[in-house]
Amino acid sequence: MQSGLLDSLKRIVGTEHVLTNQEDLLCYSYDATPGFSHMPEAVVMPGTADEVAKVLAAANDAKVPVYPRGSGTNLSAGTVPLKGGIVLLMTRMNKIVEIDTANLVAVAEPGVVVADLNKAVEEFGLIYPPDPGTVATATLGGTVSENAGGLRGLKYGVSKHYIMGLEVVLADGRILNTGGKTVKDVAGYDLTKLFTGSEGTLGVITKIIVKLMPAPEARKAMLATFGNLDDAGQAISAIIAAKIIPATLEIMDNATIRTVEEFSKAGLPTSAEALLLIEVDGIPEVVEKEAAKVVEVLKANNAAEIRVAQDAGERDKIWAARRAALPALAKLRPTTFVEDATVPRSKVPDMIRAVNEIAARYNVTIGTFGHAGDGNLHPTIVCDIRDDAEMDRVYKAMDEIFAVSLKLGGTLSGEHGIGVGKLRYMESQFGPAGMTAMRSIKKALDPNCILNPGKLVGECG
Amino acid sequence: MSDNKKLLTEVEDALANCMKCGNCMEVCPIYKEFKTESSVARGKIALMEAVLSGQSDITAGFDKRMAMCVSCKACTAKCPCGVKADELIIKGREAIVKTRGLHPIKKAAFALLKARPLFDFGLRMAGLFGPLAFKKLPGRLATVARFPMPGLDRKRIMAPVASTPLRSQYPEVVKVDNPKFRVAFFTGCTINYIYTDVGQAVLNVLKENDVEVTLPALQHCCAVPVHISGDIELAKVFAKHNIETFERYNPDYIVAACGSCTMAWKKDYPDMFADDPEMKARAEKLAAKTYEISQFLVDVVKFRRDNLGEVNATVTMHDPCHMARGIAVTAQPREVLKAIPGVNFVEMKEPARCCGAGGSFSLAHYDVARTINDRKLADIATTGADTVVTGCGMCRMHITDGLVQSGRNEQVFHTVQLLDKAYKAGKKDEPKKTKDEFHFH
Ligand SMILES: Cc1cc2nc3c(=O)[nH]c(=O)nc-3n(C[C@H](O)[C@H](O)[C@H](O)COP(=O)(O)OP(=O)(O)OC[C@H]3O[C@@H](n4cnc5c(N)ncnc54)[C@H](O)[C@@H]3O)c2cc1C
Ligand code: SF4
Ligand code: SF4
Ligand code: SF4
Repeated sequence: MQSGLLDSLKRIVGTEHVLTNQEDLLCYSYDATPGFSHMPEAVVMPGTADEVAKVLAAANDAKVPVYPRGSGTNLSAGTVPLKGGIVLLMTRMNKIVEIDTANLVAVAEPGVVVADLNKAVEEFGLIYPPDPGTVATATLGGTVSENAGGLRGLKYGVSKHYIMGLEVVLADGRILNTGGKTVKDVAGYDLTKLFTGSEGTLGVITKIIVKLMPAPEARKAMLATFGNLDDAGQAISAIIAAKIIPATLEIMDNATIRTVEEFSKAGLPTSAEALLLIEVDGIPEVVEKEAAKVVEVLKANNAAEIRVAQDAGERDKIWAARRAALPALAKLRPTTFVEDATVPRSKVPDMIRAVNEIAARYNVTIGTFGHAGDGNLHPTIVCDIRDDAEMDRVYKAMDEIFAVSLKLGGTLSGEHGIGVGKLRYMESQFGPAGMTAMRSIKKALDPNCILNPGKLVGECG
Repeated sequence: MSDNKKLLTEVEDALANCMKCGNCMEVCPIYKEFKTESSVARGKIALMEAVLSGQSDITAGFDKRMAMCVSCKACTAKCPCGVKADELIIKGREAIVKTRGLHPIKKAAFALLKARPLFDFGLRMAGLFGPLAFKKLPGRLATVARFPMPGLDRKRIMAPVASTPLRSQYPEVVKVDNPKFRVAFFTGCTINYIYTDVGQAVLNVLKENDVEVTLPALQHCCAVPVHISGDIELAKVFAKHNIETFERYNPDYIVAACGSCTMAWKKDYPDMFADDPEMKARAEKLAAKTYEISQFLVDVVKFRRDNLGEVNATVTMHDPCHMARGIAVTAQPREVLKAIPGVNFVEMKEPARCCGAGGSFSLAHYDVARTINDRKLADIATTGADTVVTGCGMCRMHITDGLVQSGRNEQVFHTVQLLDKAYKAGKKDEPKKTKDEFHFH
């Protein structure tokens, strides 16, 4: 990087907010995605939208790549500075600007950690529903940019359903405002949705207006085990068919159940082919009624064992089993790939069976769990990235998993985004016309391709 | 490969287990302040990996970043992969000490520590001449350092060094009439030289419960500060000395009144001698007998509750890192408190979050230690408590420092001091009780 640019950056954000030391750069060469790393040339930590604008204008003039970064917990190498350049760290911009209870809206800066936003609105009896597994570490800016989902996706949707407006700095430094506090807004193209999930390739988000929801008064958790995977699949569809939309409807496959049981001795039957975790929430009377109905459906679909949490302690025990899924699998081997191939709800058993078959064929260890209710599964591959031969098989298995999910009418990513991790599968999902349309949008907004170049739509130069 | 890197090679597999999920960011007190990768366990692990892969080296920059950790174990408790990041960071520091030597302030302090009699002498002199170096604050165990001590901030409130160390105030064996147990009391440095009031309370309370206490004269520092700074060789010297010293007394139990000291005996000593089976076995034998004082009172002694008087106070508790995550003792001090009549116990938010003291961390990084402490002070304030209790001298000192500097009036004690007060109050309530009746239970 030219010293002229570096000097300008220091003038814009202050010398103490520009890191160029070798050790600091190393610490921004990776994110939570295994297998990708590259050193940036500088880490810049802006404090205001105005500073972001000036940094982008300077970088755009010099045609130096800029990689926006929140907490770096994404699973698609979205923040890895593969072409060097600047990592734009947004964590200093972490103010909650406003909580507007009359309009059920909050305005916050992108560096706010999602759980902190939830803590702040809790005292008003409100929630911000998108709750990825990283809710306590991920930033609002990062989750909006990945369009992150979570455990409550089935009933509450994902990030994009809660983003009402954005302040975005474009690649050349101009500041743009989209959307607003009104529930209804049909004026113009829906730019809010365009920037949501754009993975830092179209602009840098500097302010976010989010919709809040009243916190549910009551909730009830249930756990059911199945000797037969298809019964579990039937039960999932039957619950929805019974007109119940649980907040959470999770599945764990046999490999995951066995691993969890081995680590946590929670008393799960290791012979079960599948386990479902269900939580209904809402008004107390309705919750009771729905829970009873769910139990009925589970029984009708041959659930071997059903547990219904009677109090907070029992609820916690049921959830502990689900929370243990990733940690237990991750402890098996050094490297963990959490994928998020997603299929229509009715295809969940087919997908799990296909993954098991692929795992056996390539001799790799895969446990599958995930959000069965919305078809968003997490085939989790554990391996050792230092073993080349094994990795060869792992990448082949991964290719097949994504191919199967597309074949079953699904999508590459339910919530983790494309980044570079899944770039190679994009063309097969979108076809040439889809890819061209997306690249045109990228080029129109970022003609010099400085924003997160090479990600999501690939090279665009 | 150089010697220093070899140290890291030993932990290569342990480092590789980090999946870079970043979950440690949620709990790291240092990350909360800086919000940069190098301050959190994930970043430090990446840096050690970079040294191993030859991408980087053990430089001044590496040293500076590895120093930014209070060894609070919060990351380790949170990690889904079971990575013991706090221990790996200490390994990183060992590699630094081998390559670059110690931080100059610590070097001076540890040089003194190394010679036990000299250390003892130095701290006694500090006690005798303390008023020269420390301006006393009326009414509490705190003074303002008047002279800039090496590594101490000018304004920093330090507890005064006691004019007579604890172990010089008592005979080596404090006898009781019909001892139920014979224990050896590992006082640790803070209790021996600074917070002798805690040591006195331990002795009173144990006496009240018919426990005979030996105070082995030749005991030395527990080695925790030296160990977490990466000086493993010196730490082993201390550990071996303490093991040999306590073996000679063959006590039923070893009792300490500090989370870090207890952790040293229970976990660090056996770990330190992983490649020396004979010493390891000896360390393990003593580890099995070691208890933190509240743990000992609740789990072993089943302390007397029939003769407790009232202590009127609104109390909140701070769980030292090494109590909560080092030895997992948090229920017992609460049971002690709740047994005391008159105590209104109010739990603070996140009682086990680090207070910023971090052993000798706060010596070298006082400013950071203070900002971390500010969060603790705010949590204490919301409880409305007039008294804070904790189980570690360093925490007590650091919290007191913060309270005094912000002009607040809460008192900070060790949990066992409140129990001591309650036993004393019990005697005032019933002055007619004869000595015999008193022992009849
Ligand atoms: C253990 C684990 C569990 C997870 N569970 C889930 C889950 O349940 N659901 C789910 O959806 N995800 C999950 N994730 C993925 C990850 O947590 C999410 O993608 C999260 O949204 C990333 O937030 P972040 O702040 O870390 O963003 P980062 O990783 O820092 O960035 C993510 C992307 O957003 C861009 N970006 C960041 N900030 C801005 C900004 N201000 N403006 C423009 N672009 C920006 C970056 O360039 C990058 O492309 C999980 C990850 C891990 C490690
Ligand atoms: S140390 Fe543990 S919690 Fe932290 S990033 Fe590594 S695996 Fe995740
Ligand atoms: S031990 Fe504590 S201070 Fe050190 S890295 Fe872990 S959480 Fe942070
Ligand atoms: S932990 Fe602290 S108080 Fe305990 S002996 Fe070691 S230095 Fe002294």
